[in-house]
Amino acid sequence: MSRRYDSRTTIFSPEGRLYQVEYAMEAIGNAGTAIGILSKDGVVLVGEKKVTSKLLQTSTSTEKMYKIDDHVACAVAGIMSDANILINTARVQAQRWDKNFGFQLYMSDPSGNYGGWKAAAIGANNQAAQSILKQDYKDEITREEAVQLALKVLSKTMDSTSLTSDKLELAEVFLSPSGKVKYQVCSPETLTKLLVKFGVTQPATETA
Amino acid sequence: MECVFGLVGNGFAIVAADTSAVHSILVHKSNEDKIMLLDSHKLIAASGEPGDRVQFTEYIQKNVALYQFRNGIPLTTAAAANFTRGELATALRKNPYSVNILLAGYDKETGPSLYYIDYIATLHKVEKGAFGYGSYFSLSMMDRHFHSGMSVEEAVDLVDKCIMEIRSRLVVAPPNFVIKIVDKDGAREYAWRESVKDNPAPSA
Repeated sequence: MSRRYDSRTTIFSPEGRLYQVEYAMEAIGNAGTAIGILSKDGVVLVGEKKVTSKLLQTSTSTEKMYKIDDHVACAVAGIMSDANILINTARVQAQRWDKNFGFQLYMSDPSGNYGGWKAAAIGANNQAAQSILKQDYKDEITREEAVQLALKVLSKTMDSTSLTSDKLELAEVFLSPSGKVKYQVCSPETLTKLLVKFGVTQPATETA
Repeated sequence: MECVFGLVGNGFAIVAADTSAVHSILVHKSNEDKIMLLDSHKLIAASGEPGDRVQFTEYIQKNVALYQFRNGIPLTTAAAANFTRGELATALRKNPYSVNILLAGYDKETGPSLYYIDYIATLHKVEKGAFGYGSYFSLSMMDRHFHSGMSVEEAVDLVDKCIMEIRSRLVVAPPNFVIKIVDKDGAREYAWRESVKDNPAPSA
């Protein structure tokens, strides 16, 4: 029955639904998780790395974090070819505007909905992640606490048993001492230290 | 009238420009900065139609920034110069920009460089270059005193010689100049050479 209304994003079903949009939302649900948390002194983005083949040549250190402008960055969950088009548009538009309104976090989805959030999760298990964030988020959270929270959420929602730096990426947007907005991607080494520090992983045991 | 000039020294490039905004016989402003920081290691000094100058240099600046976000590496000075020339050449047969450009930059691989790009899209890699009425004097001074591998002190001294010559020989000499430098540490303002200050608006 619903088949008749499946094929195009522009045709409503009799119940008033757009199936293609819903399918698109569903597709994102299978992608690697990405979490964003707004803190008083910065924004934290963490993402789950899905492609971790040792044979793959990676051109960048990050797989789902993209710098849009000096003061804007985004994390992606979903189809990369589609994301590339949006990122490209965002980068071009970023060059046309010159305004800064303090730290903000936005989430947008395939339906075109977008909104500002204090903490948000997209991708696989986003509902579970979202509910942990809702429980543990507090206003006045610091950036370090936000990193801790984001890693904790990811450790609980990711399928893999132990969190390691090669399955993760972490990026932060904050103000440098000089007052300039800075985007910083966490190195795998620092990330490993953070995971141990926050107790979300066991330090690598010598199993040689 | 407009004076923009620059030269390449040992490990750096230096550019200077007058800072007068002139319309007809009137000077509207004497602190107009005509040298823009294109990115961390590039300077673009421009003369010409004021509207075109601002529009075009900003357009180049934004595209150089965009390139960096898309590709994760900055454009080399040579690439930026060729891109700038290309944009001027494309516009030339449609809706030309009346802008002359001196593009100075520093690259790890090639060191400092200076490019001369005029409004009809001529591109030259040069060691010293100049635009505007001031060029008659600054080019002469640089022909006499320039030598390759100059130190910053020698180069600034030569720039000052050029400014002095312009001020003493050019009927319509602008009063103020700005000097900028680019080297391994980046592009930055070096100094102003001011002989008049803009009067602050009287408080009501």
